[in-house]
Amino acid sequence: MSGKTLYDKIWDAHVVSTDANGESILYIDLHLIHEVTTPQAFAGLRAAHRPVRRPDRTLAVADHNTPTEGQALGVGAVADEEARAQLQALERNVKANGIEFLPMGDPRNGIVHVVGPEQGRTQPGMTIVCGDSHTSTHGAFGSLAQGIGTSEVEHVLATQTLRQMKSKNMRVAFTGTPAPGVGAKDFALALIGRIGTSGGTGHVIEYTGEAIRALSMEGRMTLCNLTIEAGARAGLVAPDETTFAYVMGRPSAPKGAAWDMAVSHWKTFVSDPDARFDSEITVDVSALPPTVTWGTSPEDVVAIDGRVPDPADFAEEKATAIQRALDYMGLTPGQRIDEARVDRVFIGSCTNSRIEDLRAAAAVAAGRKVAAHVSAMIVPGSGLVKEQAESEGLDVIFREAGFDWREPGCSMCLGMNPDRLAPGERCASTSNRNFEGRQGRGGRTHLMSPAMAAAAAIAGRIADVREFG
Amino acid sequence: MTPFTRLDAKAAPLDVANVDTDQIIPKQFLKTVDREGLARGLFYDMRFEVDGSPRAGFVLDDPAFKGAQVLIAGDNFGCGSSREHAPWALLDFGIRCVISTSFADIFYNNCFQNGLLPIALPRDQVRALMGEAKGGNHVFSVDLETQTVTAPSGQTFHFDIDPGRKEKMLGGLDAIGETLQAADDISAYEARRALDQPWLEAAR
Ligand code: SF4
Repeated sequence: MSGKTLYDKIWDAHVVSTDANGESILYIDLHLIHEVTTPQAFAGLRAAHRPVRRPDRTLAVADHNTPTEGQALGVGAVADEEARAQLQALERNVKANGIEFLPMGDPRNGIVHVVGPEQGRTQPGMTIVCGDSHTSTHGAFGSLAQGIGTSEVEHVLATQTLRQMKSKNMRVAFTGTPAPGVGAKDFALALIGRIGTSGGTGHVIEYTGEAIRALSMEGRMTLCNLTIEAGARAGLVAPDETTFAYVMGRPSAPKGAAWDMAVSHWKTFVSDPDARFDSEITVDVSALPPTVTWGTSPEDVVAIDGRVPDPADFAEEKATAIQRALDYMGLTPGQRIDEARVDRVFIGSCTNSRIEDLRAAAAVAAGRKVAAHVSAMIVPGSGLVKEQAESEGLDVIFREAGFDWREPGCSMCLGMNPDRLAPGERCASTSNRNFEGRQGRGGRTHLMSPAMAAAAAIAGRIADVREFG
Repeated sequence: MTPFTRLDAKAAPLDVANVDTDQIIPKQFLKTVDREGLARGLFYDMRFEVDGSPRAGFVLDDPAFKGAQVLIAGDNFGCGSSREHAPWALLDFGIRCVISTSFADIFYNNCFQNGLLPIALPRDQVRALMGEAKGGNHVFSVDLETQTVTAPSGQTFHFDIDPGRKEKMLGGLDAIGETLQAADDISAYEARRALDQPWLEAAR
């Protein structure tokens, strides 16, 4: 019998029972919740008179629709009436059920996928769920982290379990050493460009290879975050010393003797050498250029020195889709991507709003100015990231360069709060989705790394960060 | 959950690939605390202009497809966010079944939680159904019991579905109620875990 994959091991360690059809009841170690995908779940519990089974394994934040200014004024001051009602509903629900809540304005609050790891709630070998597709982020710690819908949120609140069929195993090895200016965001975009947005459907992807071992936790989180854009259920990176060093000392991390016990437990969460994967892919990153998206799907990628596709080069159906995307994006067939002029720059989201992301952007911005026609904003992933950046003087660098320094939240990643694009505006964005209208109706989003977004802000067009050495 | 057994209804062709959940229901409709009333946000940007006036030509607003309960879509339907508002909006509009070549995992799962049947078929079969649906006002039959879709011309395709999901869909079962019957197993699991990983119990 062949060995087990990391996914197999986490799965097996959490199966409560499996029925005749192969559906398992899977125990959930950590349930992260936020204001947008939970009101209906709590309403369902109330209607059925069901309590929350493990409030202690649940953590709530407010992030999706919060404004990125004036947070100290509190929820009562949120101008958008519906957003305010949703935030207040969350407050009532967590209070009634004894769930720990980091409210807007608390420095520990921020984007749910930044807060979990930052507080040490996210730990290797865990099962983690949240009513948000980018829950895959937490896979960076070697935890099985999945996005779920509201009915499942209700199910987890009531039972602390999820009913699920097991997915298949896929391994993606990233080999080689990337060039300076090329990192996790480029790895992810290159992979999605290659396998497509449904390339990972039905699978859990484990990332391996020397390029992954060399990545920081921030980089691994970026990569696992974007795994969902490849259609996979979750992404995983086996925990190692980098992981343990990140978790150690965080508020909810085990301490003292418990720490040693935990680490030896976590070290078992690696794929066996003879583990079998249902599919395998290798990506050599040594020659990988900085990569951006040109279209309206994360699979529409292009190297920074490349050109957008010309529908004339494709068969009919594909050509129609490309033409539709080019029209929406306001691009000419075959044009160089670095000639696209940007109006807005957004550095933030659970993909790229951690301290390392902000440092990378600041390194490009230092001593330079944002182009006069560009409005650029930086939204740290949490209050603590914001404080850390300020203690390093990054806010001063950004402000002097002409960036707008905001308060934490999801912000223009999905534009549920007032931060959004106007029709036709082109944005260099560090977020994860370039769908039509994602950042505002008619808005045009190009996904890229924080350093590339900073370079675009300065150049006033999509630009190659390697020219900003 | 409303059980799903058999459906005889009009099918509307939405011949667009990669319809993501942002397109199915845009963000401004996610601020509700209810499950109902989301039909007004369904495919909003395709159906309405920026100023809110109706946009001509969208298939579900075409009188020929009024009352359609089946949606036949291009490849990879439902990619994107985990918002369950997407199946809620489809159901609220009256759609009970979506047919495509593939579905994003979370969306697929969300459909089953709500009695909306997602059917994945090979490409040539979806194209054939799409072609027939474009013909307009004809009734398609979707039979979950026999796992078949029958087009107006009579051509019938068999679809695969996980037996557990089929059973729940046919019976309209409440997943939480069912899992709670295993409460003793869950408690036993928790007791074992508390011994093996005590740090998870102590800290929070
Ligand atoms: S930042 Fe964007 S992707 Fe991340 S949790 Fe918020 S809305 Fe979702």
